[in-house]
Amino acid sequence: MSVSKEDVKHIAKLSKLNLTQEELEKYTNELSSIVDFANELSNINVEGIKPTAHILDIKNVFRKDEVQPSYDREEILKNAPSKDAGCVSVPKVVE
Amino acid sequence: MSLYDLTLSEVAGKIRNKEVTIKEVLDDIYSRIEDVEPKVDAYITLTKDLAYKRAEELQEKLNNGEDIGVLGGVPIAIKDNICTNGVKTTCASKMLENFTPIYDATVVKKLEEAGAIIVGKTNMDEFAMGSSTETSYFKKTKNPWNLNRVPGGSSGGSAAAVSSDMAFAALGSDTGGSIRQPASYCSVVGLKPTYGLISRFGLIAFASSLDQIGPFTKTVEDAAVMLNVISGHDKLDTTSADIEKVDYTKSLVNDVKGKVIGIPTDFITEGISEDVKQAYDNAIDTLKEAGAKIEEIKLEYAKYSLATYYIIATAEASSNLGRYDGIRYGYRAKDFNDLDELYVKSRTEGFGDEVKRRIMLGTYVLSSGYYDAYYKRAQQVRTLIVENFKKAFEKCDVIMIPTAPNTSFKFGAHNASPLEMYLEDIYTVPVNIAGLPGISVPGGFGKNGMPIGIQFIAKAFDEQNLLQVAYTFEKNTSYIDKKPAIEEGK
Repeated sequence: MSVSKEDVKHIAKLSKLNLTQEELEKYTNELSSIVDFANELSNINVEGIKPTAHILDIKNVFRKDEVQPSYDREEILKNAPSKDAGCVSVPKVVE
Repeated sequence: MSLYDLTLSEVAGKIRNKEVTIKEVLDDIYSRIEDVEPKVDAYITLTKDLAYKRAEELQEKLNNGEDIGVLGGVPIAIKDNICTNGVKTTCASKMLENFTPIYDATVVKKLEEAGAIIVGKTNMDEFAMGSSTETSYFKKTKNPWNLNRVPGGSSGGSAAAVSSDMAFAALGSDTGGSIRQPASYCSVVGLKPTYGLISRFGLIAFASSLDQIGPFTKTVEDAAVMLNVISGHDKLDTTSADIEKVDYTKSLVNDVKGKVIGIPTDFITEGISEDVKQAYDNAIDTLKEAGAKIEEIKLEYAKYSLATYYIIATAEASSNLGRYDGIRYGYRAKDFNDLDELYVKSRTEGFGDEVKRRIMLGTYVLSSGYYDAYYKRAQQVRTLIVENFKKAFEKCDVIMIPTAPNTSFKFGAHNASPLEMYLEDIYTVPVNIAGLPGISVPGGFGKNGMPIGIQFIAKAFDEQNLLQVAYTFEKNTSYIDKKPAIEEGK
């Protein structure tokens, strides 16, 4: 197994996902087979090759920092699962 | 012949010339949907009330002698990961089941400005992750050519809707083949334009350096008409290319004399079915007879595209889907004790299996200790693939390969191994990796009657050559004339 159960537990935690014992087994197997497949890239000589993050030659697109009308607060809040006093509400964070 | 049988260009002409009213066209499309949709399940949401209201407004304008646009009154479907103001946009996920955008994607705005009428939002793989539309949270879309088989994915609903005449065109999105592969499986035209040609503003992000919006149509001509409408620079998308507007319908010329078609024989080897190979060989003959020059080319790094893709796409997805935290919009779990539990439970309950798999894979390849071995290396191989194509295009105008190695498969065929399903994308993924334009055109049928697509690929921003070759191929074959039975089969 190229990916261990411990690895999967760790990345599930980083991804903010809970896994059942059954899912842990399943994802460990599946992620291992995909990572094994991806390991074929390790055979390629990439020394001195620049990485491509993005295909177009566009860098740092700026615009003027101007005040413009934006969306209506009430409209935005319609999609919020919980709201209070014109704000999105969340569980208490600071004691 | 019913109105719904017409192409987009034909029906737009009939509306403009007042041979039919927009309401008559819309009636015909919705009655077609009533007949066929229970069998095909292409749509998540129908927007009938809005559509009829718009039809009335457009007809009034037309009757007053106003120009209602090149798509004036034409019913069109939109993939459900493209934001529509006031109409639910779910990404076929429980996470966004009740999400209603408060703005239109730029492409939707452009379609409406050109007079199009949106008839509904189409089914897809959850967050566009999949090759069969089976990962949708809501329903399974069936292939109109055989209801026991998948329509392809992730834009399976859009492909099936156009294939079964439930819309004259549809928008999809293509990250690794999600327009071209379902177009191939459903025998329609599917175009993935050059990265940057179409604004992604309002497209719910999967893998931002690969995602691109494009049209499904019944003909190459219609694809050019749609591209004219939706292309162009947008200041709301910083990756949108600021280039001069082109009239793509000028490329609709039935002539490939002097054009050089590249055939990457070293790439088209493993895993290809006999039927697809046969259709491909026939396609080479068709273009040769039409006067094209066939040139063998090498794409030695293309075979590494899939591994590269599944590292880059999942890495970007793990980052993009971090925004679904149950706070501002989207699904929020009911029971939680603190903020962290709210995040974890909302994401665990809101995302489906394939989405979780890809988020975790992406998190893995970006995590400390693996970044250089996977993510950085994949980006370096991406450079090699880009250069590979550049070199190939020194010798040819357009590259031709099959769209998919096989025809459509049965539901559940790849349940046991996600990797096996990923391999179906081998011929479409390199195009996204290199940011190139690609189009799938109906190219034949297998022995089992299922459609086969032929894919053309051109240099970045050379949609003109791409469309001209695709158009010539279409005009010298008759595959688009065949219509699906919309019945169960083997």
